[in-house]
Amino acid sequence: MSLLEVHDLSVRFDTDDGSVHAVDGLSFSLEDGEVLGVVGESGCGKSVSAMSLLQLLPETAHVTGGAQFDGLDLISAPKSKLRDIRGRRIAFVFQEPMTSLNPSFKIGNQLGEVLQRHLGLNRRQARTRAIELLDLVRIPAPKRRVEEYPHQLSGGMRQRVMIAIALACDPKILIADEPTTALDVTIQAGILDLMRDIRERLGTAIILITHNLGVVADIADRVIVMYAGRKVEEAPVHDLYASPQHPYTIGLLGAIPRPGAADEQGRLREIPGRVPSLAELPAACAFAPRCPRADDRTRSQKPELREVRPQHLVACFHPGVNGAVS
Amino acid sequence: MSYVDAAAVAINPRARRRRLLRKRFLRRPLAVAGLVVALTFILVAIFAPWIAPYSPDATDFNATLAPPFTPGHLLGTDELGRDVLSRIIWGSRASIEAGVLSTALAFLIAVPIGIVAGYYRGWIDPVIARATDVLLAFPFLILAVGLAAILGPSLMNATIALGLGAVPAVIRVARGEALALREEDYVRAAVANGAGDVAILGRHVLPNMSSTLIVQATLIIPAAIIGEAVLSFLGLGVQPPTPSWGVMLADAQSYVSQAPRLAIFPGLAIFFCSLSFNLLGDGLRDVLDPRTTR
Repeated sequence: MSLLEVHDLSVRFDTDDGSVHAVDGLSFSLEDGEVLGVVGESGCGKSVSAMSLLQLLPETAHVTGGAQFDGLDLISAPKSKLRDIRGRRIAFVFQEPMTSLNPSFKIGNQLGEVLQRHLGLNRRQARTRAIELLDLVRIPAPKRRVEEYPHQLSGGMRQRVMIAIALACDPKILIADEPTTALDVTIQAGILDLMRDIRERLGTAIILITHNLGVVADIADRVIVMYAGRKVEEAPVHDLYASPQHPYTIGLLGAIPRPGAADEQGRLREIPGRVPSLAELPAACAFAPRCPRADDRTRSQKPELREVRPQHLVACFHPGVNGAVS
Repeated sequence: MSYVDAAAVAINPRARRRRLLRKRFLRRPLAVAGLVVALTFILVAIFAPWIAPYSPDATDFNATLAPPFTPGHLLGTDELGRDVLSRIIWGSRASIEAGVLSTALAFLIAVPIGIVAGYYRGWIDPVIARATDVLLAFPFLILAVGLAAILGPSLMNATIALGLGAVPAVIRVARGEALALREEDYVRAAVANGAGDVAILGRHVLPNMSSTLIVQATLIIPAAIIGEAVLSFLGLGVQPPTPSWGVMLADAQSYVSQAPRLAIFPGLAIFFCSLSFNLLGDGLRDVLDPRTTR
């Protein structure tokens, strides 16, 4: 039994223009101490699926499916039960370190708040533990930092504080939603290093949501590629990079800027077209309009996930490393 | 700035922000004047028994309607020979009391309602918002006069009436702030970390709207000061012979042709007192508004 077992998760938003299917039948599992990368472009449902796991979506969201965690279905659990899980068993780190800390409170108090609430520590114990946690996320001079306010910290520091808050109660799962996107590259590397270190030292399983394939290659064990609310490919990280099967994955990998990757006109390679509107899900491959391998079958039938080799799943009628049409 | 100050600032950016705010405030002469005058009125109200040269009720029938600068009576005396300066000094108590306490009452009632409406939304929000709109359609003073008439005349009831009258305006401000703050990342982060509603509202929403509320308070206090004078003038507030600027104005009516100063002095007191709080509020709003860069 996996640590987290997500089965057929769908999220629908009812808007004035009809319903929008943000996530469509997503299933995956997460093992103890594993780092799972979830990649895809903006609006493909990465964040929404993660937030639905802790019931953090607004009321307009209709979530169906199941997510088994420690004998509890997160999707149908009452809010009161979830409050004990949020921050304690499953912790969240958001994209925006600059605005995710309350500007009116000292760092130590914000960390302490979580410790006092979930672990029942008193003020002094919370403070001591807060200093230890800041030290754990490699913030220099933690004794001084606990007395400081968020605006006195840099973006990278603040993200470290957010991670410290997330780790405060030693959660089983850390969900990091684009944790490095708002930071510059050298700081990014530091944060990724830290997350790797946390996994090794504390054995925390991490779900890393990102659109940056470089980040995923760096740290993930397994990768899920999402497109238009569906999982299109899933594989161990090495397999995915060595032999990507889905044309979308291939396109994503091709679009990574690097020397020599430009096309004949010296432009970066891109995937033609745009992400489809999620208003109505086609009974076809959602990627078909942009896909070089699309044919009549692709445009009329929805490809199911199938295993092209052990642990490597792909939802495509024409999978394969090269552009070859089967 | 001396080197010592510069070093202190470099070490503590929070002190720098405070210093910046102070600098911005001091650059507004009207705001500074407002602060000084408002503080003066508050101190006068607190220390009235020691400052006032006479008891406000002491009559001197040998010197009725004495003009200003009469020896011993700087601002003259009224029709009963009571010292006008002393009555104005004592009268500031009713004004400040009504101004501050009614504002406090309004905030105690309105802020929780506004926060609940703005944070939870749901069905409660439109109900509260529309009810507030309806109440805001009544002018503040009409509302206060109506409430004071129902409650009966006394300073306490006038204060309660003024406080209740200010509730809709404060609800609207608190609701608007809560609406904005509920979308803040740190509020979402607190929810994701398992914070309960009390912690979110008390620690994350309320403290971050405090500067807006402070500004709002400095704008409601002068309105309540004028309101107290109006209610007392109409006989719905402070009852004679207790001194209050509104009561003094009412008493002065009969003597306006003989001694207009009896109306002018309390009128000036009301004017300067409410103006000072207004200027202070304007200044604070400018200084605390992050969009002002000067």
